[in-house]
Amino acid sequence: MRVPKLAVWKFASCDGCQLSLLDLEDEFLSLADRVNIAYFLEASKAVIKGPYHISLVEGSITTEDDIKRIKAIRKASKYLVAIGACATSGGIQALRNFSNIKEFISIVYARPEYIKTLDHSTPISDHVNVDLELQGCPVSKYQLLEVISSFLNNKKPNIHSYSVCMECKRKGNVCILVSNNIPCLGPVTNAGCNAICPSYNRGCYSCFGPHESPNIKSLSNKFRDIGMDDSSIIRSFRMFNSYSKSFRVIDNERA
Amino acid sequence: MNEHKSRTFKVDYLARVEGEGAMYLKISDNEVKDVKLKIYEPPRFFEAFLRGRRFSEAPDITARICGICPIAYQMSSIHAMENAAKISIKGMIRELRRLIYCGEWVESHALHVFMLHLPDFLGYNNAIELAKAHPTIVKDGLFIKKVGNEIVSLLGGREVHPINARVGGFYKVPKEEELRSIIDKIEAARDKCIDAIRWLTKLEYYEFERDYEFIGLRNEDEYPFNEGRIVSNKGLNILVREFEDNIIEEHVEYSNALHARLKDRGAYFVGPMARYNLNFDRLPQYVKSIAREIGLEYCKNPFKSILVRSIEILYAFTEALRIIEHYKMPDEPYVDFVVRDARGYGCTEAPRGILYHRYDINEDGIINEARIIPPTSQNQKIIEEDLYHFVKKHIELPDNKLIWRCEQAIRNYDPCISCATHFLNAKIERE
Ligand code: SF4
Repeated sequence: MRVPKLAVWKFASCDGCQLSLLDLEDEFLSLADRVNIAYFLEASKAVIKGPYHISLVEGSITTEDDIKRIKAIRKASKYLVAIGACATSGGIQALRNFSNIKEFISIVYARPEYIKTLDHSTPISDHVNVDLELQGCPVSKYQLLEVISSFLNNKKPNIHSYSVCMECKRKGNVCILVSNNIPCLGPVTNAGCNAICPSYNRGCYSCFGPHESPNIKSLSNKFRDIGMDDSSIIRSFRMFNSYSKSFRVIDNERA
Repeated sequence: MNEHKSRTFKVDYLARVEGEGAMYLKISDNEVKDVKLKIYEPPRFFEAFLRGRRFSEAPDITARICGICPIAYQMSSIHAMENAAKISIKGMIRELRRLIYCGEWVESHALHVFMLHLPDFLGYNNAIELAKAHPTIVKDGLFIKKVGNEIVSLLGGREVHPINARVGGFYKVPKEEELRSIIDKIEAARDKCIDAIRWLTKLEYYEFERDYEFIGLRNEDEYPFNEGRIVSNKGLNILVREFEDNIIEEHVEYSNALHARLKDRGAYFVGPMARYNLNFDRLPQYVKSIAREIGLEYCKNPFKSILVRSIEILYAFTEALRIIEHYKMPDEPYVDFVVRDARGYGCTEAPRGILYHRYDINEDGIINEARIIPPTSQNQKIIEEDLYHFVKKHIELPDNKLIWRCEQAIRNYDPCISCATHFLNAKIERE
């Protein structure tokens, strides 16, 4: 096949997920031999017109203009992958979804009447059909590479949904939640990071977001057992994936 | 005599900068009428949703402002919290904080030097094209970057948004032999860095010098990362907590980021070149000798910032080796304490310049108010001034060349637009 065209798009985000591509120092140049980097503004000023074989989309939708832009990108892309917590769940900026946006604007801005922003920060899949979602804040660069290489080889990417606990077990980590009463979101969080936080003696804060069938209720109960109050429990779910379908339902009663 | 009487340039999406920005330039009758650096990233409201969060959550939350310099956000917020608690962390924890910052400077500078800025000098669109013509420099650059990232991952768990830093110290500290395991790599990268510096010196640099006010941290007998007074080459010398008394931020209508300026004096310059000029005497002999060899003891030409960044990479490797060689694993990875009912200030040297944080914490340890001023919003005004003077000087250039060089002049500052947008009382205008 002709050299496939790859595009990297950005919406509201920190650039960390697309940076992961450039952090593949050993693989980046050979990757660039196999795909035509047609649109990747963080790395190149050369812009090649679509359609694109594969589009990586970073960031969440927060303006009217974003909605138009993501629709155009969808049209121009054969295979569209949402990368990172912003793109798959709305990201940290989705904390506005639980507050009054007017209040938010007036905290940060002196002239609130000028601010044009949507009252919700939403994932890409709320607006267009997404072919694959890669979770993580940031995504794992190895998973990102796996997605691109499988696309090039016409395979299904080897990305699974199970909990961080499985990764801890595989690494032989002692469970910090059971043994040390350290609050850990590992049981409800999708694997992919290789259980970094528990390996560094800290609880998982779910930067990868929920796996397929998380039991939020039972983990909240466990948190209460080890002495956390309701507001701390709610806060622990209100981080980088607060607006994911499984976490957004957390509220005072449920917790 | 002049075929373009009135010219307007617009570069709608600036490439090879982090985040989204645009440049607007208007020339008529061979005079520069208007220069604007526009920042149109949508705001993400960090200062708003930090309210109500616990003090200990600020490092991980603010890291998400910028994927390129997360350590800077972690370090500024951590030091602000410790300042609020009137605690100052010394010894090996302090050294490890410097070490992880070394890794971030290397990773961020190397990305900019070899992948984002160098293509400008040699007329390529990106590092991939550049690598075809000059494979060694790009491969060496990627190796240098990788070693920077390895320092960050070893201490922090991963390159982007590392997880190990916390208020009071680290969740887990490495054993001596774990740190020593990367000495060989750092030495190899340092040697490649020296080769790269000599190679970069041979590039062609535009003559362009201005009388800037450079602002950066300055500390007793060391090159600054996390501590120091805020000083300038024109007499500013203040404590971190006096920052907001001396620097004000202005509304500009066309940008989603505020422009910072010094009271009474206007635009100022932060970043590697400022830090370097203010602290050259603090560099180790070895680094100084390389700098002298290439004639770079003081630098007023932002196009040469690529050399300053390379020297800072060399410094970061040298400092990393010093720390690792005398490292002893501390007994406790962190000091445990709660911040209550206090205000704290932190300012550290992010790769792109000073990054200021201020927090008000209530009696329950919850953040009542947060204020964050990143380097790129401080440099915006200087960048526009540079563009103005540069275009004035080179007004005879054909359009495509002029645009290319203007973009290069913007990239001299390695602007991080993701950082600059999220604060600021600015008007958002969308066309
Ligand atoms: S998911 Fe996290 S790392 Fe990725 S762009 Fe969003 S904030 Fe940055």
